[in-house]
Amino acid sequence: MKKDNTKELSSGVKQRSLWQDAWRRFKKNKLAMVGLVFLAVLVVIAIGTIVVDIVTNNYIYENYVIKQNLRGRLEPPSAAHPLGLDEFGRDMLLRMLWAVRSSLFMGVIAILISGVLGGLLGAVAGYYGNKTDNIIMRAMDILLAIPSMLLAIAIVAAFGTSLVNVLLAIGISYIPTFARTVRASIMTVKDQEYVEAARAVGANDATIIFKYIIPNAMAPIIVQTTLGVAGAILSIAGLSFIGMGVQPPTPEWGSMLSSARTYIRDSWHITVIPGLGIMLTILALNVVGDGLRDALDPRLKN
Amino acid sequence: MADNNTLLQVKDLVIRYETDDGVVEALNGVSIEIHTGKTLGLVGETGAGKTTLAKGVLRLIPSPPGKIVSGEVLYDGKDLLKLSEEEMRKIRGKHISMIFQDPMTSLNPVMTVRDQIMEVILQHNNISKKEAEKRADDMLELVGIPAERGHEYPHQFSGGMKQRVIIAIALACQPKLLIADEPTTALDVTIQAQVLDLIQKLKTRDNTSMLLITHDLGVVAQTCDYVGIVYAGEIVEYGTLREVYKDMRHPYTKGLMASIPNLVENVRRLQTIEGLMPDPTNLPKGCKFSERCKYATDKCREKVPDMVNVGGEHMVRCILANEEK
Repeated sequence: MKKDNTKELSSGVKQRSLWQDAWRRFKKNKLAMVGLVFLAVLVVIAIGTIVVDIVTNNYIYENYVIKQNLRGRLEPPSAAHPLGLDEFGRDMLLRMLWAVRSSLFMGVIAILISGVLGGLLGAVAGYYGNKTDNIIMRAMDILLAIPSMLLAIAIVAAFGTSLVNVLLAIGISYIPTFARTVRASIMTVKDQEYVEAARAVGANDATIIFKYIIPNAMAPIIVQTTLGVAGAILSIAGLSFIGMGVQPPTPEWGSMLSSARTYIRDSWHITVIPGLGIMLTILALNVVGDGLRDALDPRLKN
Repeated sequence: MADNNTLLQVKDLVIRYETDDGVVEALNGVSIEIHTGKTLGLVGETGAGKTTLAKGVLRLIPSPPGKIVSGEVLYDGKDLLKLSEEEMRKIRGKHISMIFQDPMTSLNPVMTVRDQIMEVILQHNNISKKEAEKRADDMLELVGIPAERGHEYPHQFSGGMKQRVIIAIALACQPKLLIADEPTTALDVTIQAQVLDLIQKLKTRDNTSMLLITHDLGVVAQTCDYVGIVYAGEIVEYGTLREVYKDMRHPYTKGLMASIPNLVENVRRLQTIEGLMPDPTNLPKGCKFSERCKYATDKCREKVPDMVNVGGEHMVRCILANEEK
């Protein structure tokens, strides 16, 4: 679509697409940039630990992350162990780093599941309207009436605690939110004059949907996805906290928090640190989501 | 009425919107005719049914609630209302194109203008991307936009430039008929003249016919060959520009003309036509204008008057038309 964008023009106007414009506005938002950097670091950590596992053939994982060392249990932070040791004498820093991947990737995958399914349902409902819309959205309302955490617990309880079930449980519980967002934005775009204009010059349904409606309806969906990932991470941590998510000894912030809570009076570090991890990640995702919302709003153009 | 020169003929078109609050009688038996290379201007108040007529011709009436109840739209002898959606799609853009009122919202904000022009060309011609690109650039140059600006996005253009792009899109496949739905209403006066000139120029080049919808009588005087005055979903006066402007017969047309401010005289208040358009869900039984007409008699309120020929091609829907003014 933008082949020769870099070329400077006779008119002197720099070439910018809508997305480039949005990125420029996003960069001005300091807080959102901090959030984005934090998330980038998390992604690097997640990928980094996976690479380390592959290279060392799980040596570090097995000998430091999950191997218990009861002699050093609940040791406070020191030079050797900057974040201290947990209730089984495992290094908190390593466990924190190794936990990033489950939270982050599971969050993203769960949201992808709900984003694709919910997005599809919402798009169909929004584009065709009338009866189709009614049937789909009433089904979504039913799903929405059940608190998402409760629904996830029910699904995991019914099908057992496996990674796939946890992902499905969280994915399904976020479907209605996505369906609603997508439906609303499709409905707004569908009645725009440029869609009618496209129809007036003979464009077919496929062209209209893929070139006119979807690109214009993307902005709120992207924001919703960012915020959704934050929610999903929180849900995964929550499920793990009550023992229905990631199972020990695999490190996961929620389950680390859960098993550490008994020791909160004597060893604050093993509860506070995973808690901070969850909190900062959610905060970063929310800040980035808010930044995106502002950046993608054409009314704030400057 | 139809002869070899007739490109589009609309016969007794009736369009209704069936809403929860009742049936909106948007068009009540409109007949118009457009000759090759000629321009027909449709003038009327907001809500008179002008846009409904334009969309009806292209079958773009949103359905539901809109419904084409009866009538024929003959284009080159074919009834467009009987075509399949697939065949209709080939007519749109290639044979009949439409320019919309508001250039600000009629372009896709996430596509470059060149891509948007190419879109139509590729839709209707079996040519390579390269060729389409070249043709799109030619179109841009033709409407007075440097081709280098083709890969800019609509928000980087001014209103007048956007309207030019829209004209380029509408005329990219050299349609035989151009429907312009208030093409200059959203533009300021200086740009209006430029855009009208441009449309006029391209129209002459390709010998395109045009259906111009407007509520600006000045624009009609400048560009049209024929004029139709629309009131409450009916044509109340129809004729050549000269016939209608020089010898207006319908009280509504007279009212419209009288409401144009005069440059010479100094008046405190502008002339208006008393009252409002009748509610389209509850139209009067007789002449639709009778409620506001100062000449109206009981006879007017009984039945809808027929179109009366008052000489030449001049037709008037008024029982008083043939009496002396």
